[in-house]
Amino acid sequence: MKEYQTITEISGPLVYAEVDEAIGYDEIVEIETAQGETLRGQVLESSEGVVAIQVFEGTSGIDQNASVRFLGETMKMPVTEDLLGRVLDGSGRPIDDGPEIVPEERQDIVGAAINPYSREYPEEFIETGVSAIDGMNTLVRGQKLPIFSSSGQPHSELAMQIARQASVPEEEEGDDEEGSEFAVIFGAMGITQEEANEFMEDFERTGALERSVVFMNLADDPAVERTVTPRMVLTTAEYLAFEKDYHVLVILTDMTNYCEALREIGAAREEVPGRRGYPGYMYTDLAQLYERAGRIQGREGSVTQIPILTMPGDDDTHPIPDLTGYITEGQIYVDPDLNSQGLQPPINVLPSLSRLMDDGIGEGLTREDHADVKDQMFAAYAEGEDLRDLVNIVGREALSELDNKYLDFADAFESEFVDQGFDQNRDIEETLEIGWDLLSMLPKDALNRIDEEFIEEYYREDDSEREVVEAAD
Amino acid sequence: MSKAESTETTPSEDGVIQSVSGPVVSARDLDARMNDVVYVGDEGLMGEVIEIEGDITTIQVYEETSGVAPGEPVENTGEPLSVDLGPGMLDAIYDGVQRPLDVLEGKMGSPYLDRGVDAPGIDLEKEWEFEPAVEVGDEVGRGDVVGVVEETVTIDHKVMVPPDALEEDETTEVTAIEAGSFDVTETVAELANGTEVSMHQEWPVREARPSANKKTPRTPLVSGQRILDGLFPIAKGGTAAIPGPFGSGKTVTQHQLAKYADADIIVYVGCGERGNEMTEVIEDFPELEDPANGNPLMARTSLIANTSNMPVAARESCIYTGITIAEYYRDMGYDVALMADSTSRWAEAMREISSRLEEMPGEEGYPAYLAARLAQFYERAGYFENVNGTEGSVSAIGAVSPPGGDFSEPVTQNTLRIVKTFWALDADLAERRHFPSINWNESYSLYKDQLDPWFEDEVADDWSEKRQWAVDVLDEETELQEIVQLVGKDALPDDQQLTLEVARYLREAYLQQNAFHPVDTYCPPEKTYLMLTTIETFNDEAFDALEAGVPVEEIVDTEAAPRINRIGVQEDYEEYVEELKADIAEELRSLY
Repeated sequence: MKEYQTITEISGPLVYAEVDEAIGYDEIVEIETAQGETLRGQVLESSEGVVAIQVFEGTSGIDQNASVRFLGETMKMPVTEDLLGRVLDGSGRPIDDGPEIVPEERQDIVGAAINPYSREYPEEFIETGVSAIDGMNTLVRGQKLPIFSSSGQPHSELAMQIARQASVPEEEEGDDEEGSEFAVIFGAMGITQEEANEFMEDFERTGALERSVVFMNLADDPAVERTVTPRMVLTTAEYLAFEKDYHVLVILTDMTNYCEALREIGAAREEVPGRRGYPGYMYTDLAQLYERAGRIQGREGSVTQIPILTMPGDDDTHPIPDLTGYITEGQIYVDPDLNSQGLQPPINVLPSLSRLMDDGIGEGLTREDHADVKDQMFAAYAEGEDLRDLVNIVGREALSELDNKYLDFADAFESEFVDQGFDQNRDIEETLEIGWDLLSMLPKDALNRIDEEFIEEYYREDDSEREVVEAAD
Repeated sequence: MSKAESTETTPSEDGVIQSVSGPVVSARDLDARMNDVVYVGDEGLMGEVIEIEGDITTIQVYEETSGVAPGEPVENTGEPLSVDLGPGMLDAIYDGVQRPLDVLEGKMGSPYLDRGVDAPGIDLEKEWEFEPAVEVGDEVGRGDVVGVVEETVTIDHKVMVPPDALEEDETTEVTAIEAGSFDVTETVAELANGTEVSMHQEWPVREARPSANKKTPRTPLVSGQRILDGLFPIAKGGTAAIPGPFGSGKTVTQHQLAKYADADIIVYVGCGERGNEMTEVIEDFPELEDPANGNPLMARTSLIANTSNMPVAARESCIYTGITIAEYYRDMGYDVALMADSTSRWAEAMREISSRLEEMPGEEGYPAYLAARLAQFYERAGYFENVNGTEGSVSAIGAVSPPGGDFSEPVTQNTLRIVKTFWALDADLAERRHFPSINWNESYSLYKDQLDPWFEDEVADDWSEKRQWAVDVLDEETELQEIVQLVGKDALPDDQQLTLEVARYLREAYLQQNAFHPVDTYCPPEKTYLMLTTIETFNDEAFDALEAGVPVEEIVDTEAAPRINRIGVQEDYEEYVEELKADIAEELRSLY
C-alpha cells in the first residue's frame, strides 16, 4: 500500500492529492496528520494523477505534509448478530466500552439496489398501538414511513412510542417465534446529546437496548460523517433482516441534518446547486437510502424505516420533505397546532398517508370494516375541519344540525381518537371501536362510505352503547 | 467484488478511463460516435457516449461506478443504445436498458442487482410457432407482415420486414417462407433482395420508428374511470399529463389506466419510482383479468421498472426504451398505451447528468434542452398510418411530480405546452380522500370535440349535452362555495342550496370512484352515462318540487336520493338505476 505526501489543495471537507496509480471511485482513504492523528475519507472523484477526497472527520489539522493512504476497497461495515445491544459512533466504531466486535462479514455500505422482481410486496400489518397510525395510516412491514415534523415537536416521543409498542398481532400466538425476532436500529445524525440521552434512557428503561443497535453521530461530531451513518445503519439492518431473519425497525433521525451534510459537500466541490443550494442528485441519494426498506422473497426478515425529519419553517415544500415524500410510501405529519392544544401524539391525520395501507388492512389482516371506517372518518374529520373556519365567521347557530354534528365529531376525533398519550398502547380492535363510537355521533345516512352491512353491525343506535367514549372522558 | 462476465463484442478501438465521478466517466483515445454504447472498466459496465471533446469522450454509465479506477479499459461496441424487438416482450419486466429483471435475478443468484451482468431483452433460445401470412412469390414492402406467432394468449405477434430493409415504396418478392418452430434469431423468410427476415429486430431507442402518416385521433381510450371518460377523455394516440404533489394518487391513477384502458398493449414505465410499487404491479398484474377478454393482464403488458435507487443513467434511458417497444407494437397495427411514472424523475436524471457534465443550466438547474426532449418524447405518440398500411396508435400518459405541488415549475409547464389532456391532481381532495383526486376546475381535455361523435354513436346521443350540464353545475357550485365560506349555507336562497345538493351528488357519487372496490374500480361508459342521468333526474324532480313550494330541507331529507351514492358499487346497475330513478320521482312528487 503506497503512501503519498502529495496533498495539493485543502478546501472545506475536501482534500485533493496527486497520485501515480489508479484509484477507484468511492475508495476508502486514511490520512495521517503530522500530529499522528488518523482521519478517514472517501474518494469523491478520481482522475489520472489527482483524486478528490472527502474527509469524514473534517479537514482541520491536515496540512500539505499529511500522508495519504488508499486502502484499495470501498467502505465496509463489519456486521454480526453480536451488534445487538451495542452503541457505535457514526462510522460504526463501538463507543460503549464493550468488548471488541468480531465481524462475521464485512459488507459494502453502498448496498446494491434490490431487484424489484425479487421483492415481496409488504402487506403485514404492524400494530404500533397508536390509533392515528393504526386506524388511519397503517404501517406495514417493509414500508418506509417518515415522520414529518418541525423543531420543538415531540417527534422523538412518537418514534420511541412506536419502537416500544410495535408488534405484529398474529405473531403473539405465532409458532415461528424462533425465526423472526424484532430488532430496532437507531441511527442518530447530528442530534443533540440531550435528545440522544432521551432515546438511550428510554431504550434502557424498557429493556429495548438488548434488541437494538445504536449509531450515534451527535451535533458536535463531524458533519461529513453523517453521510456515512445511515448507510452503516441500513447495511446492518439488511444483514440482520435478510441473513438473520430479524424484523428490523430502522429509526433515522434527523434526515434534515443528513441533507445539510450533502449540501456542505456539494458546495465544497463547487457543484452546480439545485433548489435551495441542495445538490441536484439529492433525490437519487435519498432514494438509495429509503429504497433499502422492504421484504425479499424467500427471506424471513424485513426492513421497515421510520426516518424523522424536521421541516425547516414547517414547510413541506422544502426540498428535503418534498423529495422524501416522493420516495417514501406516505408520511406522518406532526402538527404544531395540535401539539399546542396538548394532543399526544399531535398527529394530523389529514395530510398524513400510508400508501401501503390498503393491502395491509381488512378481513384477516385487521378487521373487515377497517377500510370503510377509515375512509368515513377521513371524510367526516375533513368536513368538520372545514366548518371550523366557517364557525369563526358566522357562529354555530347559523349552521345546520348536521354541520354541528360534524363539528362535534372533529372535536371528539381529536380528543378521543388522536389524543391517547404517549404511554397508552391500543390494539386495533380498540382503535376501531373508538372509531365507531365517534362515527355514531353522525346520522346513519351520512355514512356514505361504509358498507351497509357494517353499519348494521357496528353503528351504535343509542348513546348507551357508546361506553368507550364515556369511560374515556 | 464480482468478476465481470466477458462481453461478446469484438475488441475494437479501446480507450482508457481518465476520470470517474459518479455515473459520469471520461475516457481517452476512444474512437466512438455520439450515443455509442460502450463497456466501461474491468467489470464491463454498460454506458453510453454523451460528449466528445478532442480525444476525451464522456460516458454516462448505467450501473454503479464504485471502485472503478482511471486506467481501466473502455470498449466500444460501435452501436447506439438499442432495444431487442421480437416476441417475448410482453409478460416481461425490464430495467431501464431492457435487461430482463427475472433473468438477471437468476444470473446473479441474488436479490440484489449486481454489476456488469448483461442479458438480451428477449429470450434468444425460446422457440415460437411461426405461421406465414404470405406465400412464396408474393410482393412485400417494408414493414409488411410476413407471418404471425402467438406471443401470449391475448396477442398475436406479427413478424414484419424490417423498415430499413427496403426503400420507401419499394417492394420485393418472397423467395422462401415456411411454417414451423423457430427461435427469434433464425430466418423465417427470405426476400429477393437478399434480406433474411427473422423474428428479431433491433432499433436504436432515441430514434422514432418510421411511419407513413400521422392522423387526427377520433377514438377514445376508454379507461373505465368516470371522471376521465366522462369529463376529460383522452384519445387513442393522444397525450396526457397527470401532475400532482406526492400522495395525490398519480400512481394509483396510472395503475388504473394500465389495468382498465381498452388498449391492445400496455407499456408501463416505472421511471425512478418506488420498488414496492413496482413489486405490487409485478404481483398483481398476472392475477388480474384483462377486462376485454378475461385473460391475465400481463399477457398484454410490458413492464419497465427502473426504481429510484437504480442507476440514474438507466433512468434517463428507460422512457426511450418504453416508447420504442410501444412503437414496435404500433407497427403491427395495435393500439398501445404507454404510462410513464414519472416524467419528472426522467427530467431530474437529465439534470443530474447535465450538472455532472458542468453544462450551463437553464431554469431551476434543468438543462436548456429539457423542453426539446419532452416534446420529442410526446411527439412519438399519436394515431399513425404505419409504413405497412395498417393503423396503430401510441397513447402517452406521463405522470409529473412537481416539487411542492407547484405547477409553475419547468417540467410541468413544458409538458403542458405539448400534451392535450391535463389531469390536475389536487392535494386538498386527496386529503379528504376524494379519489381520484382530479381537480375538475383545473383539468381539461382538448380531445373532447373530436371524441364526442364516438360517444354519441356508441353510448348515447346526448353524451356531450349531459357532460356540459354536469360541468355547469360544478362550476356554479364552485362560485357558490365562495359565498358559503362567508355567510354559511343557510343564508343562500333555496334554489342555490338545492344546486349545492345536486353538485354534492356529482362530486361524491360521480367524480369519486373507489379503485379498491371490486365493482366500482371499473365503470363502463354506459354506467358513467346512466349515473349522470340519475343525478339529473334528481335535479329535475327536485327543482320541480321546489317550484311547487316544497321547502328545500324536505327535498334534501328524502330517502331515495342518497342511494345515488351506491350506484358505483352495483354490478347490475341498469336495473338499480331504473328503480332508483322511479323511486326518486315518486318520493319527490309525493311531497306536493
